[in-house]
Amino acid sequence: MLIIGEKLSIIAKRVREAMLKKDKGPIQEIAKRQWDEGSRMIDANIGPAEDGGEELMEWMVTTIQEVVSAPVCLDTTNYKAIEAGLKVHNNEWGRPLINSTSNDPERFPMLELAAKYNSQIIGLTVGKGGLPADAEERCAIAAEIMARAMEYGVPLEDIYLDPLVLQIATSQDHAMHVIRAIKMFQELNDPPMKTVVGLSNISNGCPKHVRPILNKYYAALLMYNGLTAAIADSHEIGEVSKTIDVITGKTLYAHSYLEM
Amino acid sequence: MPFTPPKESYNGKTFELTIGQGDKAVTVGGENVLAFHAFEGSVPREPAVAFEVQDMPPDDWPETVAEVFKNVSSGPVTWAKYCQDSLGAGIIALRLVSTHPDRGDASADQAAETVRKVLAAINVPLIVLGSNHAEKDAAVLVKVAEVLKGTNSLLGKAQESNYKTIVAAAMANDLKLIAMSELDINLSKQLNILIGQMGFDKEKLVTDPMSSALSYGLEYTYSVMERIKLAALAQNDATLQAPMLADVGMFVWKVKETQAAEADLPAWGSLRERGIEWEAVTATSFLIAGADILIMRHPEAIGAVKKFIADMEVK
Repeated sequence: MLIIGEKLSIIAKRVREAMLKKDKGPIQEIAKRQWDEGSRMIDANIGPAEDGGEELMEWMVTTIQEVVSAPVCLDTTNYKAIEAGLKVHNNEWGRPLINSTSNDPERFPMLELAAKYNSQIIGLTVGKGGLPADAEERCAIAAEIMARAMEYGVPLEDIYLDPLVLQIATSQDHAMHVIRAIKMFQELNDPPMKTVVGLSNISNGCPKHVRPILNKYYAALLMYNGLTAAIADSHEIGEVSKTIDVITGKTLYAHSYLEM
Repeated sequence: MPFTPPKESYNGKTFELTIGQGDKAVTVGGENVLAFHAFEGSVPREPAVAFEVQDMPPDDWPETVAEVFKNVSSGPVTWAKYCQDSLGAGIIALRLVSTHPDRGDASADQAAETVRKVLAAINVPLIVLGSNHAEKDAAVLVKVAEVLKGTNSLLGKAQESNYKTIVAAAMANDLKLIAMSELDINLSKQLNILIGQMGFDKEKLVTDPMSSALSYGLEYTYSVMERIKLAALAQNDATLQAPMLADVGMFVWKVKETQAAEADLPAWGSLRERGIEWEAVTATSFLIAGADILIMRHPEAIGAVKKFIADMEVK
Protein backbone atom coordinates (compact mmCIF):
# COMPACT_ATOMS: atom_id res chain seq x y z
CA MET A 1 0.00 0.00 0.00
CA LEU A 2 1.14 3.52 -0.75
CA ILE A 3 1.65 5.51 2.45
CA ILE A 4 1.24 9.26 2.00
CA GLY A 5 3.07 10.75 4.99
CA GLU A 6 0.64 12.94 6.95
CA LYS A 7 3.04 14.67 9.28
CA LEU A 8 3.52 17.91 7.38
CA SER A 9 0.23 19.45 8.43
CA ILE A 10 -0.47 22.99 9.48
CA ILE A 11 -2.42 21.56 12.41
CA ALA A 12 0.85 20.52 14.08
CA LYS A 13 2.35 23.40 16.02
CA ARG A 14 5.96 22.77 15.03
CA VAL A 15 5.06 22.54 11.34
CA ARG A 16 2.85 25.62 11.49
CA GLU A 17 5.65 27.67 13.03
CA ALA A 18 8.13 26.45 10.44
CA MET A 19 5.67 27.37 7.67
CA LEU A 20 5.21 30.85 9.13
CA LYS A 21 8.93 31.46 9.47
CA LYS A 22 9.77 29.64 6.22
CA ASP A 23 12.21 27.58 8.22
CA LYS A 24 13.23 24.62 6.04
CA GLY A 25 14.90 22.68 8.86
CA PRO A 26 11.88 21.10 10.59
CA ILE A 27 9.99 20.56 7.31
CA GLN A 28 12.87 18.70 5.70
CA GLU A 29 13.62 16.71 8.82
CA ILE A 30 10.02 15.50 9.06
CA ALA A 31 9.79 14.81 5.33
CA LYS A 32 13.00 12.78 5.40
CA ARG A 33 11.95 10.81 8.45
CA GLN A 34 8.65 9.88 6.81
CA TRP A 35 10.51 8.75 3.70
CA ASP A 36 12.83 6.58 5.80
CA GLU A 37 9.82 5.05 7.52
CA GLY A 38 8.29 4.06 4.20
CA SER A 39 6.18 6.99 3.00
CA ARG A 40 6.48 7.12 -0.76
CA MET A 41 4.50 10.35 -1.13
CA ILE A 42 4.47 13.31 1.25
CA ASP A 43 1.28 15.23 2.10
CA ALA A 44 1.71 19.00 2.32
CA ASN A 45 -1.31 20.29 4.24
CA ILE A 46 -1.26 24.07 4.36
CA GLY A 47 -4.89 24.48 5.41
CA PRO A 48 -7.19 26.96 3.65
CA ALA A 49 -4.19 29.30 3.23
CA GLU A 50 -6.18 32.30 2.13
CA ASP A 51 -3.25 34.69 2.44
CA GLY A 52 0.02 33.83 0.76
CA GLY A 53 -1.13 30.32 -0.12
CA GLU A 54 0.55 30.25 -3.50
CA GLU A 55 3.91 31.21 -2.16
CA LEU A 56 3.57 28.81 0.77
CA MET A 57 2.66 25.76 -1.34
CA GLU A 58 5.44 26.53 -3.80
CA TRP A 59 7.87 26.72 -0.88
CA MET A 60 6.57 23.50 0.66
CA VAL A 61 6.86 21.48 -2.56
CA THR A 62 10.40 22.61 -3.31
CA THR A 63 11.49 22.31 0.33
CA ILE A 64 10.22 18.72 0.54
CA GLN A 65 11.60 17.65 -2.81
CA GLU A 66 15.03 19.07 -2.01
CA VAL A 67 15.54 16.22 0.45
CA VAL A 68 13.11 13.47 -0.54
CA SER A 69 12.84 11.76 -3.94
CA ALA A 70 9.06 11.47 -3.77
CA PRO A 71 5.99 13.15 -5.22
CA VAL A 72 3.93 15.51 -3.08
CA CYS A 73 0.23 15.41 -2.20
CA LEU A 74 -0.97 19.02 -2.40
CA ASP A 75 -3.45 19.47 0.40
CA THR A 76 -5.45 22.71 0.51
CA THR A 77 -8.78 24.13 -0.59
CA ASN A 78 -6.98 27.06 -2.19
CA TYR A 79 -7.10 26.54 -5.95
CA LYS A 80 -4.33 29.01 -6.70
CA ALA A 81 -2.05 27.47 -4.10
CA ILE A 82 -2.53 24.05 -5.71
CA GLU A 83 -1.66 25.49 -9.11
CA ALA A 84 1.45 27.16 -7.72
CA GLY A 85 2.53 23.83 -6.21
CA LEU A 86 1.90 21.92 -9.43
CA LYS A 87 4.01 24.39 -11.39
CA VAL A 88 7.13 23.71 -9.32
CA HIS A 89 6.53 20.01 -8.63
CA ASN A 90 9.33 17.75 -9.86
CA ASN A 91 7.65 14.78 -11.57
CA GLU A 92 10.87 12.79 -11.84
CA TRP A 93 9.91 10.56 -8.89
CA GLY A 94 6.19 10.35 -9.62
CA ARG A 95 3.26 12.58 -10.40
CA PRO A 96 1.69 14.87 -7.81
CA LEU A 97 -1.68 14.24 -6.16
CA ILE A 98 -4.25 17.00 -5.68
CA ASN A 99 -6.13 16.80 -2.38
CA SER A 100 -8.95 17.15 -3.39
CA THR A 101 -12.04 17.52 -5.57
CA SER A 102 -15.51 16.45 -4.41
CA ASN A 103 -19.14 16.79 -5.39
CA ASP A 104 -19.14 20.38 -4.16
CA PRO A 105 -19.19 22.76 -7.17
CA GLU A 106 -16.57 24.90 -5.47
CA ARG A 107 -14.16 21.99 -5.81
CA PHE A 108 -14.81 21.24 -9.50
CA PRO A 109 -12.01 23.53 -10.72
CA MET A 110 -9.51 21.19 -9.09
CA LEU A 111 -10.25 18.76 -11.93
CA GLU A 112 -9.29 21.44 -14.39
CA LEU A 113 -5.90 21.67 -12.69
CA ALA A 114 -5.47 17.90 -12.73
CA ALA A 115 -6.10 17.84 -16.48
CA LYS A 116 -3.93 20.87 -17.18
CA TYR A 117 -0.92 19.66 -15.17
CA ASN A 118 -1.35 15.92 -15.75
CA SER A 119 -1.75 15.42 -12.00
CA GLN A 120 -3.48 12.71 -10.05
CA ILE A 121 -6.38 13.79 -7.87
CA ILE A 122 -8.32 12.64 -4.82
CA GLY A 123 -12.11 12.52 -5.24
CA LEU A 124 -13.65 12.96 -1.80
CA THR A 125 -17.14 11.43 -1.90
CA VAL A 126 -19.00 14.24 -0.19
CA GLY A 127 -21.29 16.86 -1.67
CA LYS A 128 -22.34 20.30 -0.59
CA GLY A 129 -25.21 19.04 1.50
CA GLY A 130 -23.51 17.24 4.35
CA LEU A 131 -22.02 13.83 4.93
CA PRO A 132 -22.92 10.65 3.01
CA ALA A 133 -25.14 8.31 5.02
CA ASP A 134 -23.69 4.96 3.97
CA ALA A 135 -21.56 3.11 1.41
CA GLU A 136 -24.22 3.32 -1.29
CA GLU A 137 -24.43 7.08 -1.04
CA ARG A 138 -20.65 7.31 -1.22
CA CYS A 139 -20.74 5.22 -4.41
CA ALA A 140 -23.40 7.42 -5.98
CA ILE A 141 -21.24 10.47 -5.33
CA ALA A 142 -18.17 8.64 -6.61
CA ALA A 143 -19.97 7.91 -9.87
CA GLU A 144 -20.79 11.60 -10.27
CA ILE A 145 -17.18 12.59 -9.62
CA MET A 146 -15.99 10.02 -12.16
CA ALA A 147 -18.40 11.28 -14.82
CA ARG A 148 -17.30 14.83 -14.20
CA ALA A 149 -13.64 13.87 -14.32
CA MET A 150 -14.14 12.40 -17.79
CA GLU A 151 -15.79 15.65 -18.91
CA TYR A 152 -12.74 17.55 -17.70
CA GLY A 153 -10.40 15.08 -19.42
CA VAL A 154 -8.99 13.44 -16.28
CA PRO A 155 -8.43 9.69 -16.82
CA LEU A 156 -10.14 7.47 -14.23
CA GLU A 157 -6.76 5.83 -13.52
CA ASP A 158 -5.63 9.16 -12.08
CA ILE A 159 -8.41 9.38 -9.50
CA TYR A 160 -8.13 8.16 -5.91
CA LEU A 161 -11.63 7.86 -4.43
CA ASP A 162 -11.78 8.84 -0.75
CA PRO A 163 -14.86 7.61 1.15
CA LEU A 164 -14.18 10.02 4.05
CA VAL A 165 -13.25 8.26 7.26
CA LEU A 166 -15.20 9.58 10.24
CA GLN A 167 -14.45 9.45 13.96
CA ILE A 168 -15.25 6.17 15.60
CA ALA A 169 -16.00 7.95 18.86
CA THR A 170 -18.92 9.86 17.33
CA SER A 171 -19.88 7.92 14.16
CA GLN A 172 -19.21 4.29 14.84
CA ASP A 173 -21.43 2.97 12.02
CA HIS A 174 -19.33 4.75 9.44
CA ALA A 175 -16.28 2.63 10.17
CA MET A 176 -17.99 -0.26 8.38
CA HIS A 177 -19.65 1.99 5.78
CA VAL A 178 -16.20 3.14 4.74
CA ILE A 179 -14.82 -0.40 4.50
CA ARG A 180 -17.76 -1.39 2.29
CA ALA A 181 -17.31 1.73 0.20
CA ILE A 182 -13.63 0.86 -0.44
CA LYS A 183 -14.76 -2.51 -1.74
CA MET A 184 -17.57 -1.07 -3.85
CA PHE A 185 -15.49 1.78 -5.33
CA GLN A 186 -13.20 -0.75 -6.98
CA GLU A 187 -16.15 -2.24 -8.83
CA LEU A 188 -17.04 1.08 -10.45
CA ASN A 189 -14.47 0.57 -13.19
CA ASP A 190 -12.20 -1.95 -14.87
CA PRO A 191 -9.32 -1.68 -14.04
CA PRO A 192 -10.54 -1.09 -10.48
CA MET A 193 -10.69 2.48 -9.17
CA LYS A 194 -7.87 3.51 -6.84
CA THR A 195 -8.81 4.38 -3.28
CA VAL A 196 -7.38 6.47 -0.46
CA VAL A 197 -8.33 7.35 3.11
CA GLY A 198 -7.27 9.87 5.71
CA LEU A 199 -6.61 7.06 8.14
CA SER A 200 -6.06 8.72 11.49
CA ASN A 201 -9.44 10.42 11.38
CA ILE A 202 -10.87 7.13 12.65
CA SER A 203 -9.26 7.75 16.04
CA ASN A 204 -9.66 11.50 16.18
CA GLY A 205 -10.96 12.45 19.61
CA CYS A 206 -9.92 9.14 21.21
CA PRO A 207 -7.45 8.82 24.10
CA LYS A 208 -3.85 9.14 22.96
CA HIS A 209 -2.83 5.59 23.83
CA VAL A 210 -5.80 4.12 21.93
CA ARG A 211 -5.22 6.04 18.72
CA PRO A 212 -2.38 3.97 17.20
CA ILE A 213 -4.26 0.77 17.98
CA LEU A 214 -7.38 1.92 16.17
CA ASN A 215 -5.34 3.27 13.26
CA LYS A 216 -3.38 0.05 12.78
CA TYR A 217 -6.27 -2.41 12.93
CA TYR A 218 -8.40 -0.20 10.74
CA ALA A 219 -5.57 0.02 8.20
CA ALA A 220 -5.32 -3.78 8.13
CA LEU A 221 -9.05 -4.18 7.46
CA LEU A 222 -9.04 -1.51 4.76
CA MET A 223 -6.00 -3.03 3.06
CA TYR A 224 -7.58 -6.45 3.10
CA ASN A 225 -10.48 -4.87 1.24
CA GLY A 226 -8.17 -3.45 -1.41
CA LEU A 227 -7.22 0.04 -0.24
CA THR A 228 -4.61 1.57 -2.57
CA ALA A 229 -3.24 4.39 -0.43
CA ALA A 230 -3.54 6.00 3.00
CA ILE A 231 -2.64 9.44 4.24
CA ALA A 232 -1.16 8.26 7.49
CA ASP A 233 1.73 8.22 9.93
CA SER A 234 4.27 5.87 8.35
CA HIS A 235 5.94 5.30 11.71
CA GLU A 236 2.66 3.97 13.00
CA ILE A 237 1.45 1.84 10.10
CA GLY A 238 4.61 0.92 8.16
CA GLU A 239 4.67 -2.48 9.82
CA VAL A 240 0.96 -3.11 9.17
CA SER A 241 1.31 -2.08 5.54
CA LYS A 242 4.29 -4.36 4.86
CA THR A 243 2.73 -7.28 6.70
CA ILE A 244 -0.63 -7.10 4.98
CA ASP A 245 1.15 -6.74 1.62
CA VAL A 246 2.94 -10.01 2.40
CA ILE A 247 -0.19 -11.79 3.64
CA THR A 248 -2.18 -10.75 0.58
CA GLY A 249 0.67 -11.74 -1.75
CA LYS A 250 1.50 -8.27 -3.06
CA THR A 251 5.09 -8.60 -1.83
CA LEU A 252 7.16 -11.76 -1.82
CA TYR A 253 7.93 -12.96 1.69
CA ALA A 254 11.49 -12.99 3.07
CA HIS A 255 12.52 -13.21 6.73
CA SER A 256 13.70 -9.59 6.63
CA TYR A 257 10.60 -8.23 4.90
CA LEU A 258 10.03 -5.63 7.62
CA GLU A 259 13.47 -4.17 7.01
CA MET A 260 12.81 -3.48 3.35
CA MET B 1 -13.40 -6.43 -35.35
CA PRO B 2 -9.76 -7.46 -35.81
CA PHE B 3 -8.16 -9.48 -33.04
CA THR B 4 -5.65 -7.55 -30.96
CA PRO B 5 -3.39 -9.82 -28.95
CA PRO B 6 -3.37 -8.77 -25.30
CA LYS B 7 -0.06 -7.36 -24.07
CA GLU B 8 1.25 -7.47 -20.53
CA SER B 9 3.13 -4.49 -19.19
CA TYR B 10 5.07 -4.36 -15.94
CA ASN B 11 6.25 -1.75 -13.45
CA GLY B 12 9.71 -3.16 -12.90
CA LYS B 13 12.77 -4.07 -14.90
CA THR B 14 15.87 -6.10 -14.19
CA PHE B 15 19.26 -4.51 -13.62
CA GLU B 16 21.78 -4.43 -16.44
CA LEU B 17 25.01 -6.05 -15.40
CA THR B 18 28.36 -5.97 -17.21
CA ILE B 19 31.24 -8.35 -16.61
CA GLY B 20 34.71 -8.05 -18.06
CA GLN B 21 36.30 -5.03 -19.66
CA GLY B 22 36.78 -3.26 -22.96
CA ASP B 23 35.25 -4.52 -26.18
CA LYS B 24 35.06 -8.08 -24.82
CA ALA B 25 32.82 -7.05 -21.90
CA VAL B 26 29.44 -8.76 -21.77
CA THR B 27 26.24 -7.08 -20.57
CA VAL B 28 23.04 -8.91 -19.68
CA GLY B 29 19.66 -7.93 -18.20
CA GLY B 30 17.77 -4.65 -18.42
CA GLU B 31 14.53 -6.13 -19.73
CA ASN B 32 11.07 -5.04 -18.52
CA VAL B 33 9.22 -8.11 -19.83
CA LEU B 34 9.44 -11.87 -19.48
CA ALA B 35 12.14 -13.70 -21.42
CA PHE B 36 11.97 -13.18 -25.19
CA HIS B 37 8.76 -11.09 -24.90
CA ALA B 38 10.29 -8.25 -26.91
CA PHE B 39 6.87 -7.70 -28.51
CA GLU B 40 5.58 -6.45 -25.16
CA GLY B 41 8.42 -4.19 -24.08
CA SER B 42 12.14 -3.83 -24.10
CA VAL B 43 14.69 -6.65 -24.22
CA PRO B 44 17.96 -4.76 -24.73
CA ARG B 45 20.34 -7.69 -24.15
CA GLU B 46 20.72 -11.31 -25.15
CA PRO B 47 21.35 -14.01 -22.57
CA ALA B 48 25.03 -15.00 -22.40
CA VAL B 49 26.65 -18.44 -22.33
CA ALA B 50 29.88 -19.17 -20.44
CA PHE B 51 32.10 -22.18 -21.20
CA GLU B 52 32.98 -24.15 -18.10
CA VAL B 53 36.67 -24.82 -17.46
CA GLN B 54 38.06 -26.63 -14.44
CA ASP B 55 41.32 -26.32 -12.59
CA MET B 56 41.90 -30.07 -12.80
CA PRO B 57 41.28 -32.69 -15.51
CA PRO B 58 37.58 -33.54 -15.82
CA ASP B 59 37.87 -37.08 -14.53
CA ASP B 60 34.19 -37.24 -13.56
CA TRP B 61 32.83 -35.94 -16.88
CA PRO B 62 31.29 -38.53 -19.25
CA GLU B 63 33.22 -39.38 -22.38
CA THR B 64 30.85 -37.40 -24.65
CA VAL B 65 31.94 -34.11 -23.17
CA ALA B 66 35.39 -35.05 -21.78
CA GLU B 67 36.71 -36.12 -25.18
CA VAL B 68 36.10 -32.65 -26.66
CA PHE B 69 38.71 -31.25 -24.30
CA LYS B 70 41.06 -34.26 -24.02
CA ASN B 71 44.01 -32.49 -25.62
CA VAL B 72 43.69 -29.31 -23.53
CA SER B 73 42.14 -30.27 -20.21
CA SER B 74 45.37 -31.20 -18.46
CA GLY B 75 45.67 -27.54 -17.44
CA PRO B 76 43.14 -24.70 -17.03
CA VAL B 77 45.18 -22.25 -19.12
CA THR B 78 45.27 -24.40 -22.27
CA TRP B 79 41.65 -25.37 -21.66
CA ALA B 80 40.47 -21.78 -21.30
CA LYS B 81 42.48 -20.61 -24.32
CA TYR B 82 41.01 -23.43 -26.40
CA CYS B 83 37.48 -22.39 -25.45
CA GLN B 84 38.20 -18.76 -26.24
CA ASP B 85 40.31 -19.14 -29.39
CA SER B 86 38.95 -22.30 -31.02
CA LEU B 87 35.38 -22.55 -29.75
CA GLY B 88 34.57 -18.83 -29.69
CA ALA B 89 33.71 -18.60 -26.00
CA GLY B 90 32.51 -15.12 -25.01
CA ILE B 91 32.89 -15.87 -21.29
CA ILE B 92 35.01 -18.40 -19.39
CA ALA B 93 33.68 -19.89 -16.15
CA LEU B 94 36.60 -21.29 -14.17
CA ARG B 95 35.56 -23.77 -11.50
CA LEU B 96 38.11 -24.38 -8.76
CA VAL B 97 37.20 -28.03 -8.26
CA SER B 98 40.59 -29.01 -6.86
CA THR B 99 40.09 -26.82 -3.79
CA HIS B 100 37.35 -29.15 -2.54
CA PRO B 101 38.57 -31.12 0.52
CA ASP B 102 37.57 -34.38 -1.22
CA ARG B 103 39.05 -33.47 -4.61
CA GLY B 104 42.62 -32.55 -3.73
CA ASP B 105 42.11 -29.80 -1.18
CA ALA B 106 44.27 -27.32 -3.08
CA SER B 107 45.08 -24.25 -1.02
CA ALA B 108 43.63 -20.78 -1.47
CA ASP B 109 47.04 -19.56 -2.63
CA GLN B 110 47.26 -22.30 -5.26
CA ALA B 111 43.77 -21.37 -6.46
CA ALA B 112 44.71 -17.71 -6.65
CA GLU B 113 47.76 -18.61 -8.72
CA THR B 114 45.60 -20.62 -11.12
CA VAL B 115 43.23 -17.69 -11.51
CA ARG B 116 46.15 -15.33 -12.13
CA LYS B 117 47.43 -17.57 -14.96
CA VAL B 118 44.04 -17.97 -16.60
CA LEU B 119 43.41 -14.24 -16.39
CA ALA B 120 46.71 -13.56 -18.13
CA ALA B 121 45.92 -16.00 -20.92
CA ILE B 122 42.45 -14.81 -21.93
CA ASN B 123 40.81 -11.51 -22.82
CA VAL B 124 37.13 -12.49 -22.47
CA PRO B 125 35.23 -11.94 -19.16
CA LEU B 126 35.88 -14.44 -16.39
CA ILE B 127 33.55 -16.09 -13.91
CA VAL B 128 35.35 -17.77 -11.02
CA LEU B 129 33.50 -20.42 -9.04
CA GLY B 130 34.52 -22.20 -5.87
CA SER B 131 34.05 -25.91 -5.37
CA ASN B 132 30.65 -25.56 -3.68
CA HIS B 133 32.13 -26.39 -0.29
CA ALA B 134 30.78 -23.47 1.72
CA GLU B 135 33.53 -23.31 4.30
CA LYS B 136 36.43 -23.81 1.91
CA ASP B 137 34.95 -21.45 -0.68
CA ALA B 138 35.00 -18.63 1.86
CA ALA B 139 38.76 -19.05 2.33
CA VAL B 140 39.51 -19.62 -1.36
CA LEU B 141 37.38 -16.86 -2.83
CA VAL B 142 38.86 -14.21 -0.54
CA LYS B 143 42.32 -14.88 -2.02
CA VAL B 144 40.94 -15.21 -5.53
CA ALA B 145 39.11 -11.89 -5.23
CA GLU B 146 42.39 -10.09 -4.61
CA VAL B 147 43.79 -11.46 -7.86
CA LEU B 148 40.62 -10.44 -9.70
CA LYS B 149 40.71 -6.85 -8.45
CA GLY B 150 40.15 -4.38 -11.24
CA THR B 151 39.00 -6.99 -13.79
CA ASN B 152 35.25 -6.62 -13.26
CA SER B 153 34.95 -10.39 -13.06
CA LEU B 154 32.05 -12.35 -11.60
CA LEU B 155 32.82 -14.20 -8.35
CA GLY B 156 30.78 -17.01 -6.83
CA LYS B 157 29.06 -18.40 -5.10
CA ALA B 158 28.02 -16.69 -1.90
CA GLN B 159 25.59 -18.80 0.11
CA GLU B 160 23.66 -18.31 3.34
CA SER B 161 26.41 -19.99 5.36
CA ASN B 162 29.41 -18.12 3.93
CA TYR B 163 28.15 -14.93 2.33
CA LYS B 164 29.65 -12.45 4.79
CA THR B 165 33.28 -13.19 3.94
CA ILE B 166 32.68 -13.51 0.22
CA VAL B 167 30.57 -10.35 -0.02
CA ALA B 168 33.26 -8.40 1.83
CA ALA B 169 35.90 -9.75 -0.58
CA ALA B 170 33.81 -8.85 -3.63
CA MET B 171 33.20 -5.35 -2.27
CA ALA B 172 36.84 -4.74 -1.42
CA ASN B 173 37.92 -5.73 -4.93
CA ASP B 174 35.01 -4.22 -6.85
CA LEU B 175 33.73 -7.49 -8.30
CA LYS B 176 30.35 -8.74 -9.41
CA LEU B 177 28.94 -11.49 -7.20
CA ILE B 178 26.78 -14.61 -7.53
CA ALA B 179 24.37 -15.23 -4.63
CA MET B 180 23.13 -18.81 -4.53
CA SER B 181 20.30 -20.28 -2.51
CA GLU B 182 18.89 -23.75 -2.71
CA LEU B 183 15.69 -23.75 -4.75
CA ASP B 184 13.70 -21.54 -2.43
CA ILE B 185 12.42 -18.23 -3.68
CA ASN B 186 11.94 -16.75 -0.21
CA LEU B 187 15.46 -17.68 0.86
CA SER B 188 16.78 -16.32 -2.40
CA LYS B 189 15.16 -12.98 -1.66
CA GLN B 190 16.36 -13.13 1.94
CA LEU B 191 19.98 -13.73 0.89
CA ASN B 192 19.84 -10.80 -1.52
CA ILE B 193 18.48 -8.61 1.29
CA LEU B 194 21.22 -9.71 3.70
CA ILE B 195 23.88 -9.05 1.08
CA GLY B 196 22.37 -5.62 0.42
CA GLN B 197 22.39 -4.86 4.13
CA MET B 198 26.16 -5.33 4.14
CA GLY B 199 26.35 -2.41 1.73
CA PHE B 200 26.82 -4.46 -1.44
CA ASP B 201 25.38 -2.69 -4.49
CA LYS B 202 22.29 -4.64 -5.61
CA GLU B 203 23.14 -3.78 -9.20
CA LYS B 204 26.33 -5.84 -8.98
CA LEU B 205 24.57 -9.02 -7.98
CA VAL B 206 23.65 -12.16 -9.93
CA THR B 207 21.06 -14.51 -8.46
CA ASP B 208 21.57 -18.26 -8.76
CA PRO B 209 18.38 -19.94 -7.56
CA MET B 210 20.20 -23.29 -8.03
CA SER B 211 20.09 -25.27 -11.21
CA SER B 212 19.01 -28.82 -11.96
CA ALA B 213 18.78 -31.13 -14.96
CA LEU B 214 15.91 -32.16 -17.19
CA SER B 215 13.86 -34.82 -15.38
CA TYR B 216 15.90 -34.26 -12.23
CA GLY B 217 14.12 -31.28 -10.70
CA LEU B 218 14.19 -28.95 -13.71
CA GLU B 219 10.61 -27.88 -12.99
CA TYR B 220 11.62 -26.63 -9.52
CA THR B 221 14.36 -24.38 -10.88
CA TYR B 222 12.09 -23.29 -13.70
CA SER B 223 9.31 -22.33 -11.34
CA VAL B 224 11.57 -20.44 -8.92
CA MET B 225 13.18 -18.53 -11.79
CA GLU B 226 9.84 -17.64 -13.28
CA ARG B 227 8.51 -16.41 -9.94
CA ILE B 228 11.65 -14.35 -9.31
CA LYS B 229 11.23 -12.72 -12.71
CA LEU B 230 7.55 -12.01 -12.07
CA ALA B 231 8.29 -10.47 -8.65
CA ALA B 232 10.99 -8.34 -10.28
CA LEU B 233 8.67 -7.14 -13.03
CA ALA B 234 5.10 -7.19 -11.71
CA GLN B 235 5.84 -6.29 -8.07
CA ASN B 236 8.86 -4.13 -8.91
CA ASP B 237 10.77 -5.92 -6.16
CA ALA B 238 14.29 -4.49 -6.26
CA THR B 239 15.68 -7.36 -4.20
CA LEU B 240 14.90 -9.72 -7.07
CA GLN B 241 15.89 -7.62 -10.07
CA ALA B 242 19.40 -9.02 -10.43
CA PRO B 243 20.12 -11.07 -13.56
CA MET B 244 19.83 -14.83 -13.02
CA LEU B 245 22.42 -17.53 -13.50
CA ALA B 246 21.84 -21.16 -14.47
CA ASP B 247 24.81 -23.42 -13.78
CA VAL B 248 23.64 -26.09 -16.19
CA GLY B 249 26.55 -28.34 -17.14
CA MET B 250 27.41 -29.60 -13.68
CA PHE B 251 23.89 -30.93 -13.20
CA VAL B 252 23.32 -32.34 -16.66
CA TRP B 253 26.53 -34.32 -17.11
CA LYS B 254 26.02 -36.48 -14.07
CA VAL B 255 22.51 -37.81 -14.73
CA LYS B 256 21.90 -41.29 -16.06
CA GLU B 257 20.65 -40.10 -19.44
CA THR B 258 24.02 -38.53 -20.27
CA GLN B 259 25.99 -41.57 -19.07
CA ALA B 260 24.13 -44.84 -19.72
CA ALA B 261 25.74 -46.87 -22.51
CA GLU B 262 23.81 -47.69 -25.69
CA ALA B 263 24.54 -51.38 -25.13
CA ASP B 264 22.66 -51.27 -21.82
CA LEU B 265 19.78 -49.10 -23.02
CA PRO B 266 19.48 -49.43 -26.81
CA ALA B 267 16.00 -47.84 -26.78
CA TRP B 268 17.48 -44.55 -25.58
CA GLY B 269 19.43 -44.07 -28.79
CA SER B 270 22.85 -42.53 -29.35
CA LEU B 271 24.60 -41.72 -26.08
CA ARG B 272 26.47 -38.82 -27.64
CA GLU B 273 23.39 -37.11 -29.10
CA ARG B 274 21.41 -37.85 -25.99
CA GLY B 275 23.93 -36.07 -23.76
CA ILE B 276 24.26 -33.01 -25.96
CA GLU B 277 20.51 -32.69 -26.34
CA TRP B 278 20.02 -33.14 -22.61
CA GLU B 279 22.26 -30.16 -21.92
CA ALA B 280 20.73 -28.04 -24.71
CA VAL B 281 17.14 -28.72 -23.67
CA THR B 282 17.86 -28.08 -20.00
CA ALA B 283 19.60 -24.81 -20.85
CA THR B 284 16.93 -23.49 -23.21
CA SER B 285 14.25 -24.26 -20.61
CA PHE B 286 16.02 -21.98 -18.14
CA LEU B 287 16.35 -19.27 -20.78
CA ILE B 288 12.60 -19.34 -21.21
CA ALA B 289 12.16 -19.18 -17.42
CA GLY B 290 14.31 -16.04 -17.38
CA ALA B 291 17.98 -17.00 -16.94
CA ASP B 292 20.44 -14.37 -18.19
CA ILE B 293 23.75 -16.25 -17.89
CA LEU B 294 24.26 -19.96 -18.54
CA ILE B 295 27.31 -22.02 -17.61
CA MET B 296 27.60 -24.98 -19.98
CA ARG B 297 30.06 -27.67 -21.05
CA HIS B 298 29.53 -29.19 -24.49
CA PRO B 299 30.26 -26.87 -27.45
CA GLU B 300 27.56 -28.47 -29.59
CA ALA B 301 24.96 -27.95 -26.87
CA ILE B 302 26.16 -24.35 -26.55
CA GLY B 303 25.88 -23.99 -30.33
CA ALA B 304 22.28 -25.22 -30.22
CA VAL B 305 21.43 -22.79 -27.42
CA LYS B 306 23.02 -19.86 -29.27
CA LYS B 307 21.03 -20.76 -32.36
CA PHE B 308 17.88 -20.85 -30.25
CA ILE B 309 18.65 -17.36 -28.88
CA ALA B 310 19.24 -16.03 -32.40
CA ASP B 311 16.02 -17.67 -33.65
CA MET B 312 14.04 -15.97 -30.90
CA GLU B 313 15.14 -12.62 -32.38
CA VAL B 314 15.95 -11.07 -29.05
CA LYS B 315 17.29 -7.88 -30.52
